[in-house]
Amino acid sequence: MDTKPEFKPGNFLYAGKASALETVGLPNPRDWSPTDDDWQLPADWKGIVHEGMAERLQRFRSFKLFMDVCVRCGACADKCHFFIGSGDPKNMPVLRAELIRSIYRGEFKTAGKILGKLAGGRKLTEDVIKEWFYYFFQCTECRRCSVFCPYGIDTAEITIIAREILNLIGCNIDWIASPVANCFMTGNHLGLKPHTFKENVEYLLDDIEEYVGVRIEPTFNRKGAEILFVTPSGDVFAEPGIFTFMGYLMLFDHIGLDYTWSTYASEGGNFGFFTSHEMMKRLNAKMYAEAKRLGVKWILGGECGHMWRVVHQYMNTLNGPADFLEQPISPLTGTRFENAAATKMVHITEFTADLIKNNKLKLDPSQNDHIIPTFHDSCNTSRGMGLLEEPRYVLNNVCNNFVDMAPQVIRENTFCCGSGSGLNAGEYLEMRLRGGLPRANAVKRVHEDHGVNMLSCVCAIDRAVFPALMDYWVPEVGVCGVSELVANALVMEGQGEREYNLRGEENPSYKPPAEDEASAEAGEEGEE
Amino acid sequence: MIGFLFSLVAVLVLVGIALVGVGGLGLKVLFGVIIPYAAVLTFFAGLVYRVVDWARSPVPFRIPTTCGQEKSLAWIKPNKIDNPCSTGAVVLRMVLEVLTFRSLFRNMKLDYREGPKIRYSSEKFLWLFAIMFHWAFLVVIIRHMRFFTEPIALWLQTLEHLDGFMEVNLASFGVGLPTIQLSGLVLLGGVTLLLLRRIVIPTVRYISLAADWFPLFLITGICLTGILARYVVRVDVVKVKEMAMGLATFHPVVPDGISVWFYIHFFLVCVLFAYFPFSKLMHLAGVFLSPTRNLVNNSRAVRHVNPWSYPVKTHDYHEYEDDFREQMVEAGLPVEKTLEEAEAEKTAKETPAAPETQETEEKREE
Repeated sequence: MDTKPEFKPGNFLYAGKASALETVGLPNPRDWSPTDDDWQLPADWKGIVHEGMAERLQRFRSFKLFMDVCVRCGACADKCHFFIGSGDPKNMPVLRAELIRSIYRGEFKTAGKILGKLAGGRKLTEDVIKEWFYYFFQCTECRRCSVFCPYGIDTAEITIIAREILNLIGCNIDWIASPVANCFMTGNHLGLKPHTFKENVEYLLDDIEEYVGVRIEPTFNRKGAEILFVTPSGDVFAEPGIFTFMGYLMLFDHIGLDYTWSTYASEGGNFGFFTSHEMMKRLNAKMYAEAKRLGVKWILGGECGHMWRVVHQYMNTLNGPADFLEQPISPLTGTRFENAAATKMVHITEFTADLIKNNKLKLDPSQNDHIIPTFHDSCNTSRGMGLLEEPRYVLNNVCNNFVDMAPQVIRENTFCCGSGSGLNAGEYLEMRLRGGLPRANAVKRVHEDHGVNMLSCVCAIDRAVFPALMDYWVPEVGVCGVSELVANALVMEGQGEREYNLRGEENPSYKPPAEDEASAEAGEEGEE
Repeated sequence: MIGFLFSLVAVLVLVGIALVGVGGLGLKVLFGVIIPYAAVLTFFAGLVYRVVDWARSPVPFRIPTTCGQEKSLAWIKPNKIDNPCSTGAVVLRMVLEVLTFRSLFRNMKLDYREGPKIRYSSEKFLWLFAIMFHWAFLVVIIRHMRFFTEPIALWLQTLEHLDGFMEVNLASFGVGLPTIQLSGLVLLGGVTLLLLRRIVIPTVRYISLAADWFPLFLITGICLTGILARYVVRVDVVKVKEMAMGLATFHPVVPDGISVWFYIHFFLVCVLFAYFPFSKLMHLAGVFLSPTRNLVNNSRAVRHVNPWSYPVKTHDYHEYEDDFREQMVEAGLPVEKTLEEAEAEKTAKETPAAPETQETEEKREE
C-alpha cells in the first residue's frame, strides 16, 4: 500500500479541462496536470471526500456491502486485464478496492481509527487522492472480477463510486469530461452540431451509393416515425465505425423500416456513466425526451457496450417510466420484444437476429467468404445484460467462416479491450496496450490456429481502440462491427455489382456474374 | 508480515488468558458462564445490527452480474441460473452460490508462456479447500448440538454416526479411542490448507491483512484444542454436557473436574463468536445481500425504482434548438419554431425569464 504511483507519460490520463467542467457545472474547474505537485484541491477537500463517501455508503448497498465482506481470497487477483498486462499488484481487483476500503476503515470504522494499519486502515491524504486517480482511471469497469468473486463484489461498482467521489473535488480526466460537455450541449460526445451530423451521414450515403449502387434517403428529427434509432456518435465519425453505421443505413433501407435519426439524441454512449450517477442521468435523459417529442413508438439502439449497460440496467430507473412509448414490436416479423416491455428499447442485434430467423433479409453470406471473423463479447453486454447468442446467430448467418475464441475468454469470461470506461485516450496508449494484452493474446491464438483475420464486435469503443491493439499485438487482423458484416451480405434491391466492399476495397469474394442470360441479381439469389 | 505475526501472537495470548484464567486463577464462572453468555449475545446482536445496517442502504439500480445468455427472443435458450429471469431463478442462483460456491468453482488460473502468451487452466484448489472448510465447519457445529440438547435428536445421532464412519477401522486397533469424527479432521485440514495457501501464493500473501490471518489462526486453535480435548486429554464429556445444558436452559452450573483444555477450547470459541459480527466473517450474511447476485436481470422488462432519485438539470431540446436553429434550418432539418417565430418570441421577452427548463424538469419527474 505504501508504494506511490509514478505518473509517467503513457500511464496516466490528462486532467479534465476547466471549460468542460464549467459547461456542465462540475466542481473545482481549473487547469492542472496529474504530474503537478499541487493538484489545487478545494480548501475543504477532505471534508468533501469524507461526506461524499458517507453519503454513498447510505445510498448504495452495493458500496457498503463491498466495503465490508471481502475476505481477500484472491480469486479475483489474476482476472483483471490491467493486472495481467501490467503486473502492478494494485491492479488486482482486491487491492483496487482496498485503496478505498482502507480509507473506509481508517475514517469510518472504530477498529481502523484506533489500530490504523494493523486493522487495514489508513488516513485520507493527498497522496491517497493521487493514488485513487491513478488506479480508478486504470479500471475499465468491465466486471470480470465480479464473475469470479464468491460474493459478487463488483469492482466496477467501486470504481464508479470512487470516480464519483473524485469528481466532487474536481479530479477527473479530459477524455471523459470533454465528451460529457459535448454531449450535454450538442447531443453527442464528439460535439457534432446538427448540420454536421447530417453532413457526416450524407458522406456515408454517398459511399454506399458508390460501392453498393443504391441511394438511401434516411430522415432526421422526423416526427411520427415508428422508431427512433440511437447509436454511438463515434460510428458516424471514424473508421471502422462508419462501416458499421453504413450497415445500419443499408439494413433499415433493405427492410423499409419507418425510422428516424435524431441530431439531438445523437449519442447512444454515455460518458456520464464514467463520471457520476447524476451525470449519467443528465445525459441519458435525451433519449426518452426525444422519443417523446418525436412521438415514436419505441427506440432501437445500435451496437455499443456501455451504452447498453446504461440502457439495460439503468435507463428506465433513471428517466422512466417510458409510458409514452409502446412495447416494441418488430414491424416486419410481428415479434414482441417482451424483454424490453418496460424500457421499450431493443438492441440492434436482437432485432437483426429476429429478422434473420424470420427470413426477412435477403442474404448472400458468400460475400464475406474472404473474412474469417471471430467475435469479441463486449464486457457490458456480456456481464451487464447477457447478449451472447444473438451476435453469434447473426454472424453465422452472414458469414460462412465464423470462429469463436476459447471459452475462457469469451461470453461472461470475456476480456476487456483495455480502453473502456473513457480510457481510450491517445496519451494512455501504453496502458491500453497492456490492458488489451489478454484479449489480443486470445485473438492471436485463433489467428494462428484458424486464420482468423477479422475481429468483429458490437461496441463503438471496441471499434475505435481495437485497430491500434491489433496493429501492435496481432497485425493482419482487422476490426469491424457485426452490422458491417450484415451489410456486406445484404442483397439490396436494385444494387449494382458488389465489386467493392463498404470500405471501398476490392472484395475478393466478389464473383462476376455468369456469362449466360441470368442477370447478376438472379445469380446472387441462387447462391443463397 | 506484521499482520501474520500479530495474529499468531494474539491467538497464543488468548490461549494464555484462558490457561491462566482457569488453570491459575480458577475463574471458572467467568470463563464458563459470563464470557460465553456475553459472546453469544454479542454474536446475535452484532449480526442483526450489521445486517440491518446493510439493509438500510437501498439498492438504487438493478445491477446483477450476468454470467450467461439473457432471456430475450423466444427461440434463444436463456441461461436461467447465471442470468436469472425470475425470482425462482435467483433463488436457485443463490442456493447454488451459498451451498456449492459456484462462483469459486469457475476459478481459473493463468500462466505466461513464451513471453506474452497466456494460457488459462482450471483452478479448483481454492474451491476445494473452501468447500472442505465450510461444510466441515457446519457439520462440527451441528454435531456440537449434542451438548445442548437432551434427548439427542435422531437426525443428530445419524449425522454423528455418518461423521464417525471410521469407527470400525479404528476399533480394530483396540486402543479404545473415541470415535474419530471425520468433520473435525476435514475442518483442520481445510483451515490448514487455506492458511498454507495464504502463505505460499505470493499474490494472496501480499493482499492478506491481520483480519485474514487472525480468524485462520483462531479457528486452527479451536480445532487443535477441540481435538486435543477429545482424543488426548479425554475431557469428561458428561460434565461438559452438564455445563452446556445449564447454559442452554439458563441455569448455569460449573461442575468441577473439567480439564483446562476444555476451557481454552471454549474460550477461543467465545472469542470467535464475539469477533464474528465485526469481521470479514460477516460474508456469511453478506453473500445473501449482494446486489450483483440476488437480483433478477429483468430491468428492461420491469421498471426498478430508485428511492432517492432526484431531478437533474438537463439541456432540453428547446435549448438545443435555440443554440443551433439557424444551422438546422440551413441544413434542412425540421425545427419546432421557425427563425421568424423564434425571433419574434425573443423580442417579445425583453426581460430575461427562463421558466422553460424548470417546466421540462417537472414533466420528467412525472
